[in-house]
Formats: sequence, structure tokens, C-alpha cells
Amino acid sequence: MKDEATLVPMTYAPPKARSLLEPHRIALAAVFLAILVSAAYFMRWDWLPRYQDRLISGLWTTMLMLISTSVVGFVFAVPLGLVQVTGPKPLAWLANAFCTLIRGTPLLLQLWLLYYGLGSLFAQYPEIRSSWAWPYLRQAWPYGFAALTISFAAYEGEVMRGAFSGVPKGELEAARAYGMGRWTAFRRIWFPRAVYRTLPTLTGETVLQLKSTPLVATVTVMDLYSVITKVRQDTLLTYEPLLLLALIYLCLTGILVLAFRLLENRIPSRGN
Amino acid sequence: MGPTSFDLNLLSLWSPGWGGVLLAGLMRSLEVAVGGFLLGLLIGIGGASAKLWGGKVLRDLLEVYTTVVRGVPELILILILYYAGTDAVNKLMLVLGLPSVDISGLAAGIFVIGVVQGAYSTEVLRGAIKAIPAGQLEAARAYGMSPLLSLRRITLPAMLPYAIPGLSNLWLIATKDTALLAVVGFSELTLVTRQAAGTTKAYMMFFLAAGVLYLLVTLLSNVILGAIEKRARRGLSREQAA
Repeated sequence: MKDEATLVPMTYAPPKARSLLEPHRIALAAVFLAILVSAAYFMRWDWLPRYQDRLISGLWTTMLMLISTSVVGFVFAVPLGLVQVTGPKPLAWLANAFCTLIRGTPLLLQLWLLYYGLGSLFAQYPEIRSSWAWPYLRQAWPYGFAALTISFAAYEGEVMRGAFSGVPKGELEAARAYGMGRWTAFRRIWFPRAVYRTLPTLTGETVLQLKSTPLVATVTVMDLYSVITKVRQDTLLTYEPLLLLALIYLCLTGILVLAFRLLENRIPSRGN
Repeated sequence: MGPTSFDLNLLSLWSPGWGGVLLAGLMRSLEVAVGGFLLGLLIGIGGASAKLWGGKVLRDLLEVYTTVVRGVPELILILILYYAGTDAVNKLMLVLGLPSVDISGLAAGIFVIGVVQGAYSTEVLRGAIKAIPAGQLEAARAYGMSPLLSLRRITLPAMLPYAIPGLSNLWLIATKDTALLAVVGFSELTLVTRQAAGTTKAYMMFFLAAGVLYLLVTLLSNVILGAIEKRARRGLSREQAA
């Protein structure tokens, strides 16, 4: 509120060019570079080569968790959104209750409920202990996978509900007028149009999902975060491993955002 | 006592029940959530004003802040800020020649949640202020209102309908983000639940009970926030409000 005048321009001012080469940006970049160099020089990074392999395998686990839970979660999200729009009342109510329940409680609590609660429940039954599934159920990752998938399905299901109900009625009527059956109309018109509408929010949801993956480390899944925790315990360093971790996640977020933007640009659009 | 047991006596408010412990944990969660949300709102107001009307350098620095906070997992931010924050305060005390202090978990929790929330509220408030039709502010100037008066009479009330949905969302995120403080050992609801469950081995019951408490907070918040939003939107036509 220092100067209201800038808020209410009196004359036409052309939009400012956003360039990285503006003087103040060069100065800022130099400052950040100096901070980066001094961090690399003055902080301890000698542990890096020793943990290189484990860090890479942790990164791989994180990526695998992100991609698998997002894909499976999305597969569940489509029916969750759809039944809320057209489904029979009880089903719509159930889907809505599921979304509210998952979105209304912390992911960490859900994860611990599955891992400690269900995990100890399964261990009680000899039938489960002797079944083929037990070698998997004894490990931690199925619980992490389940919790992340459920969470993504619930958040994205809510988005899909909005997307399905937001597709213009006229398009669906046109599909009917062409003599398409319900399934064909869904496959050719309704679903692709709805997915297209969710693409911008899908980026955000996937970034949120990436940011949720380190939680699985709390139930002993060896992802990137838990490798870093191990480094911190071994080397007694507080900041260096965490800063590296933050940097890696920042890069991953950047890559995700860019990848989605490329995907979005590939899809031809004519307004919305 | 097996993990399936639903001995409701364990939830009793008095020892040996754990109900009182859970409620105390919930209170601490809510304290951090309220404190963090308000601190975030404060940062957001400053950040949004600086992003809209501040200098170039300030704007770029804020862009870095919001980008970093939105691109790094909350769990890691909380760890870094928790250690860095307590370290910084103790270094400061050392410089001032004062004895080092134990930072209370509550203060540290509010600080970290606030810094994380601040990045998001900066964006929400900036978007809301930009959504106000320029003509309204021009009219305020034409009436001869001073910047402060037009802020109070026009900008703030006109911004609210655009800001409240985003801020409601942030409040709900704040209540759930407090659970992450369990990882740094702050005894809020999720951590005390795990302790109660570990001691009694009634895992299912305690985690479900905590889930009910969180859900109640969310549902109650939804009702209250819905009423606030309705009030802020009075007088707006439907397509304006959408």
C-alpha cells in the first residue's frame, strides 16, 4: 500500500519483459551462487561417495512409489468421481463419504493405521500367515503403497467429480444424437473431455503426491528420505544431508512440472 | 490384549484410560494449527503486498520462498526449520551473552507450520487481491479515499470472497500438517496415539479414535468456514462469486 498509484495505472504501461538478465536478477543469481559455492566448500560432503549407491536406490524407490501410486490411484479415482456424478444414490453417498474420510484425516495417521493396525491384525490369523500373501504383507512397502494410493484416489476422485460434472451437457447430448451408446459416449467424449479438464490440477496433485512419499520412511520403507536419515545417524551431520534431500526434491518437482507442461502442450486445445 | 481388542475402557478420560491423553494431544495439535495458520496469514499478507507492490528484488526473493516451500516436502521443511530455528535462536542467545534456552516444542511447531503456510497464503491473498475489479479501487481514489482507508473499506472486504475458499483449504491443511510434527517428537495427537497404541497394543482402536477426532475437526471447520464464506459473499451475484 506504499503507493496506490502503481495499483491504479493512469497511463498504459506495456507489460514488463520477464528476463533472467535484468541487472537485479544477475546480482541475485550471483548471491545464490556464492551461497551454493560456500555451502559446497565449507560444509562436509565427504560422505557422499560412500552412500552414492544407496542414495540412487532410494531415489529409485521414491520414484517407483510416486509413479505406481499415482497411476493406480488415478484408476480408482475415475470411478470414484463418476459414481458421485451419475451413480445410484447409495454408491454416490459411499464414494463421497470415502473421499471426505480420507481427505479429512492426516496421511501419516492413515499410514500408521494400515501398518501398525492392519499389520498386527493380519499377524494374528494363522490362515493369513500361511497364505501366499504373507511374504508381502510382512514387508512395509505394501502398506506404504496402499496408503499413498488411497490418498491419491480420494483427492483426485474429488477433482474427477468436478471434471465429470463440468463437461458441457451439449457435448453429451450431441454424442447421444449421433447414436452413441452410453459406454461409447463415455469412452469417446465424456472421459477424455473430463481428463483434459483435470490436467492442470493433475500437475498439482502429482506434486503433492511426490511430497507425501517421504512419509513411507516412517514405516521403514527404504526410500530416499530414509537413506538420508541413515546418513544423518551415521555421520551425525544435521544440515548437509537434509539440504541435499531438499535440493533433490526441488529438482524432482521441477521435472514433474515441466513434464506435465509438455504433455499439456501436446494435447490440442480450443478454449475450454 | 490383542491388536483387535476394542476395550473401550482404554478410551476413558481418566487413568488407566488414554482418552485424556488423546484429548490433550488434540489440544496441542489445534494450538499449533491455529498459531501456524495465523502466523502464515501474517506472512501471507506481507508477502502478497510485497509481491504486488514491492520492489523487484523483494518480489524475486518472495518468488524463491514460495517456490521452494511448494516444491519441497513439508516433512523435510519441518525437519530443516526445526533444527535451523532452534540453532539460530541459541546462536543468537550466545552472541547476546545469554544462556542457551530450550525452545518449547509448541513455539517451534508454530514457527515451522507458519513458514510453510505463509508461502501458500501469499499466493492465495495475491490472487484474491488481483481478482478485485480495478474499477472499484479507481472509484475509491476518485472519492478521495486515502490508501489506508481504501484498503480497509474496499480492498480487504472485496478480496474476502476470493480469498476465503483458499484460506479455508489452508486451515484444513494446517490441521493435518500438525501430524508431521510427530516425526520430530512433538507430542501432538498422532504421536500420543502411537504411544497409546504401542503401550496397550490396541493399535486399531486408538488409530481409529484419533481418525474420528481429526475428522470431527475437519467437519466442524467445514460448517464454520461455510458460514463465513456465505457471509463474505453476500451481495455477490452467482457468476461473480464463482
